[in-house]
Amino acid sequence: MTKQSFDPIAEAIADVEGVPEAFAEAFRAPDGDRKPRELVIICYSGDLEKTWASLILASTAAASGTPTRMFLTFWGLQAFVKDEVRITGQSWMQKMLAFMQRPGISHRKLSKMNFMGMGPWMMGTLAKQYGVAKPKELLEAAMALGVELMPCQMTMDMFGLKRSDMIDGMGEPVGAATVIELLANGAAPLFI
Amino acid sequence: MTVLDIAVQVDARGLSCPMPIVRTAQAVRPLAAGALVEVLATDPGSQRDFVAWCRATGHDLVEQTTEGTVHRFVIRRK
Repeated sequence: MTKQSFDPIAEAIADVEGVPEAFAEAFRAPDGDRKPRELVIICYSGDLEKTWASLILASTAAASGTPTRMFLTFWGLQAFVKDEVRITGQSWMQKMLAFMQRPGISHRKLSKMNFMGMGPWMMGTLAKQYGVAKPKELLEAAMALGVELMPCQMTMDMFGLKRSDMIDGMGEPVGAATVIELLANGAAPLFI
Repeated sequence: MTVLDIAVQVDARGLSCPMPIVRTAQAVRPLAAGALVEVLATDPGSQRDFVAWCRATGHDLVEQTTEGTVHRFVIRRK
């Protein structure tokens, strides 16, 4: 018995390791420059901790020269309603949902240990103590660095959200097909 | 020691990830190519983050020093 019998595995590893180079070749622009890989963060959750993580990654990616987009859908879109807008929607159900979970970047709840707002308050206090930027500050930085915000048209319709309910600087509403095209063209996806 | 011609200083002392990088990116953006930026940070992670960030953006990390808890970076804009 020689080491020869393990060669198929080594070959398989070599095959896999060869893939990134092939991808890099495929994405090289005609002039020989590498096309920077884009990032699409699909913001599905409106929970405080997940919105926070999305904005940390988005602002850092934009700061590092990565073209970055945030697709805001379902509860993720609620975080990008203006802070001062209290109730959104037209029907009683849409209004009731907004009442049950207040929209806006400064009104996020923790998915765990919310305790009627005690959790977020403690998180906010600790963030201040340790110099951690709050979601609102990160959002402002992300937008200043050119992060594109893409609201989901379907979510806007379902929750009865108007363009005027949204924060300023929001892009045009789009659908899933726009996101899929970006991913098909090589953008890195993050689903948060 | 040579005296560097620093165009902008970013004081990120007391700030946590990712604000030292975010603030630096915002400070670097309007500058001319070749301009120098000095960053002061107390975030221990910044020691590795600024090396990675310079690699990602193509800016040149000219100097990296630590005095006590303060990390100092001098970056030349691409």
